[in-house]
Amino acid sequence: MILLPDSASMAIRSEGERSYPNECCGALLGEMDESGARAISEILPIDNGRETEERYHRFVIGPDDFMAAEKTARELGLGVIGFYHSHPDHPAVPSDYDRDHALPWYSYVIVAVESGVSGDLTSWELDADRSQFIKEL
Amino acid sequence: MPVTIQIPTALRVFTDKKPEIQADGATVAEAIADFASSYPDIKRHLYDEDGTLRSFINIYLGDTNIKNLGGLETPLKDGDTLMLVPAIAGGSGPR
Ligand SMILES: [Zn+2]
Repeated sequence: MILLPDSASMAIRSEGERSYPNECCGALLGEMDESGARAISEILPIDNGRETEERYHRFVIGPDDFMAAEKTARELGLGVIGFYHSHPDHPAVPSDYDRDHALPWYSYVIVAVESGVSGDLTSWELDADRSQFIKEL
Repeated sequence: MPVTIQIPTALRVFTDKKPEIQADGATVAEAIADFASSYPDIKRHLYDEDGTLRSFINIYLGDTNIKNLGGLETPLKDGDTLMLVPAIAGGSGPR
C-alpha cells in the first residue's frame, strides 16, 4: 500500500518529461507505518548513472548515490522507501530487466512518457519469491 | 574473524528488522556466505541462480567499495564492518 500525494506524482511526471527521450530516476522519501503502508512525502531526483547511449532504456542509481540518498532522507527525518523511473515510449509496466534488478520491500514507481508527454503512472512491489511484481497503484 | 555486516533497509525484513548482523569469515566472501547461511531467505536476493553475487549488490569494507580492494577475496580483520549497498537499476525493455 502506497500513498503518493499529487505533488510527488506531478514531480515524477515532470522529471520524466524533462529527461525524455531518456529515462529519469530517483528516490521516494517518506515513512512506513506498522502495517507496512508507505506514505511518500517527497521525491529526490538522481542523475541516471548509465552511459549516455543506454539511457533511453536503462537507468542505474549507483551505490554512492544510493548512500547519498539515504543520508538526505535521514537529515529530513525520513527514509528511502522506494524508487521511480520513466519508460520513454513504453507502457508503465515493469520489464523483466526491472524485476531481475529489484529488491523486496521497496515501492517502484514507473511513469510512461509517450512522445515527451507523461501518461500512466503505476507503482509496484516485488513478490517475496522474486517471481513477479505486485501492482500497488 | 568476527565482523559486522550492515543491512540495507530493504533486506531487514529477513533479519528480524536488525540493521546489523555479526558474521564470521577470513575474507569478504566467507563472511557474506556465513551471514547468508544464517538467513537463508535472503540468499535469492543476494545471489543469482548460478550462485554468483548479483551484479547490483555492492559490498563496502568501511568506506571503500571492495571492487577497489581485492574484491570478494579481500581479507578481513577482527572487528571490520561490511555494508551491503544495492545499486538500483532497471529500464523499459529486455534489450
Ligand atoms: Zn523499468
